[in-house]
Amino acid sequence: MSINLQALSAQLLVGLINGSFYALLSLGLAVIFGMLNIINFAHGAVYMMGAFCAYFLLNVFGIGYWPALILAPVLVGIFGMLTERTMLKWLAGLDHLYGLLLTFGLALIIQGVFQNYFGSSGLPYAIPSELQGGINLGFMFLPIYRGWVIVCSLVVCIATWYLIERTRLGAYLRAATENPTLVRAFGINVPRMITLTYGLGVGLAALAGVLSAPINQVRPLMGADLIIVVFAVVVIGGMGSIMGSIITGFALGIIEGLTKYFYPEASNTVVFVLMVLVLLVKPTGLTGRAV
Amino acid sequence: MADGTTIAPGVAGSARPAGDVMLAVENLQAWYGESHVLHGISFNVAAGEVVTLLGRNGAGKTSTLKSIMGIIGKRTGSIRFDGHDISRASSDKIARLGIAFCPEERGIFASLDVRENLMLPPEVRSGGLSLDQIFTLFPNLKERLRSQGTKLSGGEQQMLAIARILRTGARFLMLDEPTEGLAPVIIQQIGHTIARLKSEGFTILLVEQNFRFAATLADRFYVVEHGKIIDGFASSELQANMDKLHTYLGV
Repeated sequence: MSINLQALSAQLLVGLINGSFYALLSLGLAVIFGMLNIINFAHGAVYMMGAFCAYFLLNVFGIGYWPALILAPVLVGIFGMLTERTMLKWLAGLDHLYGLLLTFGLALIIQGVFQNYFGSSGLPYAIPSELQGGINLGFMFLPIYRGWVIVCSLVVCIATWYLIERTRLGAYLRAATENPTLVRAFGINVPRMITLTYGLGVGLAALAGVLSAPINQVRPLMGADLIIVVFAVVVIGGMGSIMGSIITGFALGIIEGLTKYFYPEASNTVVFVLMVLVLLVKPTGLTGRAV
Repeated sequence: MADGTTIAPGVAGSARPAGDVMLAVENLQAWYGESHVLHGISFNVAAGEVVTLLGRNGAGKTSTLKSIMGIIGKRTGSIRFDGHDISRASSDKIARLGIAFCPEERGIFASLDVRENLMLPPEVRSGGLSLDQIFTLFPNLKERLRSQGTKLSGGEQQMLAIARILRTGARFLMLDEPTEGLAPVIIQQIGHTIARLKSEGFTILLVEQNFRFAATLADRFYVVEHGKIIDGFASSELQANMDKLHTYLGV
């Protein structure tokens, strides 16, 4: 079998783009799970909200892509913090199932509302003028916007990892994940930290939504389609590790891309096959701790 | 010092401190879920004292500390610290008033290295120990700053658990069984540390099973049984109360 370098690198690029979204989303899921013990099924819905937020900012307020890149995650993050304060907070100490059901219900409601007003078809969101066009790398043509998405998510992922693993604030977060009672007894306002953590995780998902708007169009169900794969990524990577979820996210995007080239029929299932294999061999995920 | 205090021996909670009362606990009751663990604890601690709660396993000593810290299921009664009513306050507020807690299980965080564990509790007052002072007190910690917190030996973990609350500037320390499971030489080192903290004016509420350890340090003792204070005496009366104490503690 001869390898068509151009087709292969095109699929690798698609894989890397998907991997960027997987990484940003599974990173947020891991952070939220660590601190709130909640499997956030609303994660796809807030990703979609991020994209819609950018769309509204542009079409209602005339605010463009660059400010939206900051504003949309902040606004959707605030929405997330409000849901934590008013709803998720009450689930502390209960079985995972309650959080899962509540966030799943939230996702259905949010997606239903958006579908009601915007239907199921996609709304266009233009690539900002600075990032239009592409570069010929010789072996492939790289659209600048796609390169930007990969670089931007890599930077954000590494910055989040640094924040959690290397800073004092991150030490609070890690400690509170282990023993929230004791951390609070040291004088740290743990409930506020939990709210901010949820806001951070939701904000990361919203950022992924903004990044994806010019590529995938803005659709009410854009998150619902993606989140299933992201949960498989999280299961494979394990919930316990920040770096693990980043690496697994990118790696699985690449594996998907490679599968699309070598055996396209399996490209939609390869992640789930891997999930089954990993669960058989290491039920806590590749980098995960037992929960 | 408690030497000049008047004591009515044998009357529960009658031992009175000499100086200004820093912590006053009155008729404290507490629950873990449905189970009622404290049935009216009353005692007090004066500024600069070392007070020890003695008692058998499950008597309610740890629950008393947890109630003061605000980390028990439900509590009633009055707890006053430094002029504030803390019986309804959340544990982060209580810590901010200047109470520092060193739990029985030590509470060293596995996902933090030694330095991060040491730096974790925020400063609540100025005047906490500097890192240099802490390393003078516990030289072992300095060499292990990069190690994972839970990779330390039991004794080192205990030192870390004490060291990190000395950084915060809190002047009231609650130490829950700091000698449990440690080698005699380490126990001795921790004893020296507590004596030194006392001489520097810290107020310490100590829970101990190791009576001989406590005897060398405390100004006053309270005996806890079935969730109540059943006796209290000053260290000067220790000899006179030895027989009773053996009965209480079953040793």
